[in-house]
Amino acid sequence: MKAMEKSTDSSFVSRRRLLTTGAAVGAGAVVGVSLDRALASTPETVVSLHGAERIAFHGKHQAGIATEPAAQVSFLAFDLADGSDKSTLVRLMRLTSNSAARLTQGDPALADTEPELARKPSRLTVTFGFGPRFIKLAGGVAPSWLKPLPSFSTDELQDQWSGGDFVVQVSAEDPVAVSHAVRVLSKDIRSFGTLRWRQDGFRHAASTVKTGTTMRNLFGQVDGTVNPIPGTKEFSAAVWADKGWWAGGTSLVLRRIAMDLDTWDPVSRLGREEAMGRRLSNGAPLTGTREHDEPDLEAKDALGLEVIAPYAHIRRAQTDDPTQVIFRRPYNYDIAPSGDSTSNSGLLFASFQADVDHQFVPIQQRLAELDMLNEWTTAIGSAVFVIPPGCEPGGFIGDSLLG
Amino acid sequence: MNVSRPFRLVATLALAASFVLAGCSDDQKSDKADHTHDQVEIHVSDAWVKAADSGMTAAFATLENDSEKALTITKVTSDASSDTQLHETVTAADHSSMMQEVKDGFTLEPDRMLMLEPGGNHIMLMDLKKPLLPGDEVTFTLHFDDGSAQDFTAVVKEFEGANESYESHGKKH
Ligand code: HEM
Ligand SMILES: [Cu+2]
Repeated sequence: MKAMEKSTDSSFVSRRRLLTTGAAVGAGAVVGVSLDRALASTPETVVSLHGAERIAFHGKHQAGIATEPAAQVSFLAFDLADGSDKSTLVRLMRLTSNSAARLTQGDPALADTEPELARKPSRLTVTFGFGPRFIKLAGGVAPSWLKPLPSFSTDELQDQWSGGDFVVQVSAEDPVAVSHAVRVLSKDIRSFGTLRWRQDGFRHAASTVKTGTTMRNLFGQVDGTVNPIPGTKEFSAAVWADKGWWAGGTSLVLRRIAMDLDTWDPVSRLGREEAMGRRLSNGAPLTGTREHDEPDLEAKDALGLEVIAPYAHIRRAQTDDPTQVIFRRPYNYDIAPSGDSTSNSGLLFASFQADVDHQFVPIQQRLAELDMLNEWTTAIGSAVFVIPPGCEPGGFIGDSLLG
Repeated sequence: MNVSRPFRLVATLALAASFVLAGCSDDQKSDKADHTHDQVEIHVSDAWVKAADSGMTAAFATLENDSEKALTITKVTSDASSDTQLHETVTAADHSSMMQEVKDGFTLEPDRMLMLEPGGNHIMLMDLKKPLLPGDEVTFTLHFDDGSAQDFTAVVKEFEGANESYESHGKKH
């Protein structure tokens, strides 16, 4: 951590910068408050309810990937019962696709015991994925990358957050909608297998920030700036597979990454920004002023040191190879701590890419070798799934494998 | 239960709205096998069957009469059971309820909906030919008093609701 205590002193920021960043130190805190007041007194002209908003379930791709992330997510992984075969899996996918198609459109599931809870889907999406054993039981061909990730030196993986035969990602703006969908789907699935893990996450609530605003993680960082944009050619090339029965689908890598807020606490703002290579205020690279400014990895400071440090997360994560891009769709988690700890928080690091081996692994390999962020982050869970393409009305998710 | 026209209109409008908003067709409402016989005048939706390993179970759906004339469902047949009956649930003064066969069938006036639901009217499958597992599909045929018939498909779901035990209850028929 020595390298981080460079002497560029951040406490001599001009008053002007304090005003714009609202940094919460000393006088800055006061400024921050009055700014907040000023904002709060601006009359809200548009009040819109999200309850009735719906995202189509059917289509070429499953929803919940290219669709704008909603505030709440639950990932559930199941172990399938021994003796399951292709016909079992057809029944499973017919049932769960049917429930998902109905619930996402605000219609109660068949045999829904709490139909009133289905009426406000609030952008509910349900996304299904298969682990290696699912494909094996189905007697199908698995993508070559469908296997546990290689182990990385920085991993401290726990079984309770890793693996699984069948994954369901349920997401909506309203936690009640998520809870109901999880309940309905869990009842559909219970005769086929058992819950292996459930991981719940969140982002800013709907209407808290403008749609499209990059989220913040619990380190306070703007997280998701450099990411393929859904609908672009770059996104399609990075995310959607083009061969096999999973063409039109993709892969999900879900890493549960603990973020140690207790050891992050003593790190100065400067140190935090250096670890990332970006500013906390707005996510701009240390060589720029706005979030989406291109980082200048060559830039040197007065001492001849790289402005974006050799160990900065963005230097290590970035790549010049346009085929090595992943689509990150992370969520925060924050659950009850145990022992002496005062926090148990981190990231549900979900990333989607057409080919895990070619796209995800090299990035993770570089980060494991060197990344200042590793000081405070630890991967404690890991799972890889193939995400089948979407289905048409009358079909079910996975029908190109099981049909 | 027969639901009156205004209710149905509201429901239909809501469906139309969901179609527009979602930009996605509303498949779950119309079962694929709806149109196998010629004179299709009943719209069947939300059809499902309670999973059971053997013995009896029940099927539920929403039936809408889209025609101009009253139609009576005199009989239902199914590939899952050789004895399929139309049942109603009657509640006694002591609040106990009992199912019994509707010998005259269900009559659906034009523009009316008939809800077959747990705790109410339902289709009873006696003596299952084989276990009905969650996610299986069961085909039913509705037979009408004018001699016409219509198929629909129902998906099998696990169900614990409404304290229904068709197994023991059914034996009293
Ligand atoms: C808790 C762990 C992590 C945190 C807090 C974190 C946070 C961040 C932040 C704040 C940025 C800069 C803004 C942005 O472009 O989004 C970033 C960039 C990035 N991160 Fe992470 N990250 C973590 C783990 C990972 C992992 C495990 C991977 C992949 C294996 C990864 C891949 C990337 C990539 C590809 C970029 C964009 C790099 C660029 O081209 O500029 N990150 N991350
Ligand atoms: Cu009965």
